[in-house]
Amino acid sequence: MTLTAETSRPSATAAAGRARRVRLAPRLAPYLQAAPLTVTLLLFLLVPILTIVVVSFWDYDSVRFYPDFVLTNYTELLTSPVTWKTYLNTLKYAALSWAITLGIGFTVAYFLAFHVRSTTWQMLLFLVCTIPFWTSNIIRMISWIPFLGRNGLLNSGLISAGIIDRPLEFLLFSDFSVVLAFVHLYALFMVVPIFNSMMRIDRALIEAARDGGASAVQTLWNVILPLSKPGIAIGSIFVVTLVMGDFITVRLMSGGQSASIGLMIANEISLLQYPAAAANAVVLLAVVLIMVVAMLRVVDIRKEL
Amino acid sequence: MNTSRRGLSFYLLGAFFALFVLFLYGPTATILVLSFQGPEGGLTFPMNGVSLHWFRNLFEQQAVGDFGGSFRRSIALGLMVMVLTVLFSVLAGFAFRRRFRGSGALFYLAIASLIVPSILVSLGIGLFFNILGLEPAWYSSALGAHLTWTLPFGLLIVFAIFNRFNPAYEEAARDLGATPWQTVRHVVLPILLPSLIGVGLFGFTLSYDEFARTLMTAGSFNTLPLEIYGMTTNVTTPVLYALGSLTTVFSFTVIGLFLLGLIALRRHRLRRSSR
Repeated sequence: MTLTAETSRPSATAAAGRARRVRLAPRLAPYLQAAPLTVTLLLFLLVPILTIVVVSFWDYDSVRFYPDFVLTNYTELLTSPVTWKTYLNTLKYAALSWAITLGIGFTVAYFLAFHVRSTTWQMLLFLVCTIPFWTSNIIRMISWIPFLGRNGLLNSGLISAGIIDRPLEFLLFSDFSVVLAFVHLYALFMVVPIFNSMMRIDRALIEAARDGGASAVQTLWNVILPLSKPGIAIGSIFVVTLVMGDFITVRLMSGGQSASIGLMIANEISLLQYPAAAANAVVLLAVVLIMVVAMLRVVDIRKEL
Repeated sequence: MNTSRRGLSFYLLGAFFALFVLFLYGPTATILVLSFQGPEGGLTFPMNGVSLHWFRNLFEQQAVGDFGGSFRRSIALGLMVMVLTVLFSVLAGFAFRRRFRGSGALFYLAIASLIVPSILVSLGIGLFFNILGLEPAWYSSALGAHLTWTLPFGLLIVFAIFNRFNPAYEEAARDLGATPWQTVRHVVLPILLPSLIGVGLFGFTLSYDEFARTLMTAGSFNTLPLEIYGMTTNVTTPVLYALGSLTTVFSFTVIGLFLLGLIALRRHRLRRSSR
């Protein structure tokens, strides 16, 4: 008896506590649930970017960098013709990769969404397209070397077919191989969002277009393309931002013969010129954000989820 | 559409798709073959005999660097990133189902995390640790750097699931007297489970292969991608391909295990529901 009396009292207070918690919880719960994500992003994204902004005004010499407020990092960056040439080169890579991945991505997504009829096949082929995304980018780049090299598969194939009599030199370590690698690595980022948009298109609209006498091409141009715009915009944002910030693809695939802004920053980092790298990074971030905002005018991503 | 016969466009598009798949997998298949190159063979075809020489080389020689150690670190880091990505994105997913102050800002911060070039994350965290006088390490700074890449993916997947989630299930559980925790444990989580496996796959594989974000944040011990990158600049033998083949096979195995897990889960549920 005493035992139950004793145990019932704490449990009663516990119940009261729970009641209070239930009343408190609904308002507090979302904050607690969002806290780990918020803290991680603040600590490892926002604070580091603010650090870059601050350090971009610092000064440095050959051994260390130290707090100061100078604009030399920016003036040196923006008055150097190398910077402008490098930006031009990076934008060229971005534009070419964007156009090609868009063409491939749209075609592949269109085939999967409208020409593959069984859902199982659709999912299976979609998976085939996405699996490389989960494997190493560096390995995927390296794997082009035996294919494109001087004595690579393509050159020896073309020579033995009698199409050329000397190996083509532009295949590897050139702008060609850089863009090829970008397309290889990032075509997926176009396929997935465009496929996603296309799968949401009400099939009745296609029927209606056909019943109204539209040809397949007209349906594609006037119905499917406009309705795929959100996917195209999201894919474009991915491809453009990935290419704009890249340094490893350009370094590996151009054999050190071309430059990109990312590579310029990476080189400054390896020379320990951190404030210069920081200023360069701030400008790059501004450029990328402007490009993204421009693309976001086409689509409200939040509505697309 | 479903009744019409397959026209020329189907075959043309099908051929295009087949070429695309060849484009995706062809090069990888090439290095898979070349990693069995004979001891005298070089970086390109022709094959100079067939051997396991370069795989042995990978495990024997110290010239290749700390292959075993970096592999172990990459797996450990990948597992940590996986667990944290699943946990944090699901919790945040619950939060976003209700209104809370700052939800818009948090959403845009997560999206920004996808857009900000990786080298900025790497540089920023490196500088931040430097200024605080902290030593960067793969289990602290690199872990954080990887999370900035995996969390947004996790969050977007969880969003997609919750958007299609029917709240009637939760209401039913509540009406039957389930506590909030019981509702989550026995109703919501089982419905979310398949997509959580997907989030885990993203978390592990993206971290395992991440290079740019690790560059300035790994500290004194390399992860595997850093090790491979180092090799590309100073190794000119097919041992590079052997390593590439091994990690690719490992990645495929991991992806396969996740997919098998999904299929097994589905079978298990079908069997249970038919009983």
